[in-house]
Amino acid sequence: MTNRRDFLKDCLAGGTALATGTAAGPACARETRARPPEALGLLYDATLCIGCKACVAACKQANDNPPEFSTVDHIWDTPLDTSAYTFNIIKVYRNGTMDHKDEEENGYSFMKISCMHCADPSCVSACPVSAMTKNPVTGVVGYDPDICIGCRYCVAACPFGIPKYQYDSPTGKIGKCELCRHRTKDGHYPACAEVCPTGATLYGRTSDLLLEAKRRIALKPGTITRFPRGRLGGPDQSWEGAAGKYLPHVYGEKEYGGTQVLKLSGVNFQKVGLPDLPEDAAAALSESIQHSLYSNLAMPFAVLGVMAFAARRSVVKQSEDEGKEEDQP
Amino acid sequence: MTRHEHAAPASLGGNLLNPATIVCAVLAAVMLAILLVRFIYGLGLVTNLNDGYPWGIWIVFDVVIGSALACGGFSVAMLVYIFNRGEYHPLVRPALLASLFGYTLAGAGVIMDLGRWWNTWHIFWPGYANPNSVMFEVAVCISLYIVVMWIEFSPTFMEKFGKAEAKRKLNKVMFIFIALGTVLPMMHQSSLGTMLVVMGVQIHPLWRTPLEPALYLLTAITMGYAVVLFESCLASSALTRKIEMHLLTPLSKVMLGFLVAYLLVRLGDVAVRGALPLAFVPSLEAAMFWLETTCFMAPLFLIGRESQRRNPGRLFLAGILLMLGGALLRIDGFLIGYETGDGFNYFPALPEILVTVGLFSLEVIGYIVVTRRFPVLPRDVQAVH
Repeated sequence: MTNRRDFLKDCLAGGTALATGTAAGPACARETRARPPEALGLLYDATLCIGCKACVAACKQANDNPPEFSTVDHIWDTPLDTSAYTFNIIKVYRNGTMDHKDEEENGYSFMKISCMHCADPSCVSACPVSAMTKNPVTGVVGYDPDICIGCRYCVAACPFGIPKYQYDSPTGKIGKCELCRHRTKDGHYPACAEVCPTGATLYGRTSDLLLEAKRRIALKPGTITRFPRGRLGGPDQSWEGAAGKYLPHVYGEKEYGGTQVLKLSGVNFQKVGLPDLPEDAAAALSESIQHSLYSNLAMPFAVLGVMAFAARRSVVKQSEDEGKEEDQP
Repeated sequence: MTRHEHAAPASLGGNLLNPATIVCAVLAAVMLAILLVRFIYGLGLVTNLNDGYPWGIWIVFDVVIGSALACGGFSVAMLVYIFNRGEYHPLVRPALLASLFGYTLAGAGVIMDLGRWWNTWHIFWPGYANPNSVMFEVAVCISLYIVVMWIEFSPTFMEKFGKAEAKRKLNKVMFIFIALGTVLPMMHQSSLGTMLVVMGVQIHPLWRTPLEPALYLLTAITMGYAVVLFESCLASSALTRKIEMHLLTPLSKVMLGFLVAYLLVRLGDVAVRGALPLAFVPSLEAAMFWLETTCFMAPLFLIGRESQRRNPGRLFLAGILLMLGGALLRIDGFLIGYETGDGFNYFPALPEILVTVGLFSLEVIGYIVVTRRFPVLPRDVQAVH
């Protein structure tokens, strides 16, 4: 029975090694990340949106995407949802008689659906090969098809259902809004904001956009005020109009640690198709678990050491026993 | 030291062309034809995958469940070499062989699901690899484990081809590979559960927990033992060999130990997080939760007593239930309890199912060929007792 006692002793030694590894764990917990200070984004104000879908057409053109048809005649680009070929879409909420805009009961509302450019994006955390990355300065979440392996973990991870995959292609890529980062070097900014006739989609630094959003919420509905268009801080294209009836919530201010695309609406955000998200990003929890278990591979190596020790003992012991048997008749 | 009286493994012999291998070969050929279409036209033509369910049965069945069912080698090796229970030695090679095929084909199966498969090497390339990604850990760890298992299994081939010297040398360092062969599955089997964490609120609360890695690791171990019970009973009837009850009865007790640990963590977690009331809301998720939980609970009553564990029929049934329970935990987390928004549905397409069937057929062919030509199964258990 010395055998068993020795083994227990080994286990104890191994346990200590494990405990040391685990103790290093909580230090690896990572907080939800905040937006970079110069983060760029969009502010979408549903009360200003007239549903013209100029932004949908402009996005198609800017990203060189083919039309998608949902009607029999195949004349107009009529996507019903974002896809690997449609990075931006205007959806509509309808209720009852649809008499009043931006009202939940017997009303309707528009909602722009495109990448939110999260402060702490799940897709970037999920991507095993860094094909999905977050620019450390602008915070734009970009995609590189030349790196991508097509595993679609980003598609599964995103709570907004944004990265989408080309299932109809043998070399399928992921498609998503990259805030027109390919157009900025020519002095352009996101096509959706460039063409928006009412300023419902406004481009700028997210910190500035957040202030603008809060200014609007603070206004009494109906107050006459100026609404900027295009780029916040760019050439003045503003117009005078009446403030809408907003819910006192800037969607994206705090969701998942904040997003760089912000939204204002008169209708409940879940009813217009946005998920109810906590303030802590799932990426932070996932990476905390991974880094607690695997920081510097301390724990795997500690366990490996214990296992190797135990295995060596067993192999020697068991081959000795086998040897003895051979000697015996 | 009677407990170490084993018969040396030997090849079974017999014809490789038999109805079983021929049927399996046909199914594998069907799979290859479908895969040809998939690689020429894309995933959409042969699967029902969509942006709401970007992962279907090729990932959830072939990889997540398949690799857990292939944990027999890991579970038994842990018992024999780490807990120094040499009496289970005859179970090691057959279990390892099944694991070897399970994992190798799961690894190959991933490639056919990858949309941009020619970039696969990026996972292992320092400039591209993303250590924050749970999938990175899973991919690297499974790849390493496949290599380690082939090394662990290589003495079988060395015996066949008379490489005694090579075998002797390898055996001196084998303990390192045995150790790696226990640590690597612990790492990636737990990480397969962690993969759900980043999906956040899209996972139903009954399966949304930071304890995911513990749940997946514990069930991978119980599934490993369950597969050994299942395979031993099946092989014994199909190959008309005597059932190794003197090993399976105590083995099932070890399995029950892990099962009780799992149930405590699982039910405790659901209760503490306050998700339990959702199990009583009439829904598909709640029904699946109870089905899954029943599969895990039933073996406690089925083989809870020592006398019950001597009954091969009960062991066989308990093995099936635990395999099913572990499979359901994974299906529920990745598919049933995964909700990405309205308007998306997923049920595997026929070609998709045929590929999974074909992959399994390949495993069966491999197992038959290797056990008939190489020394894997114990010569004859009856000769010893």
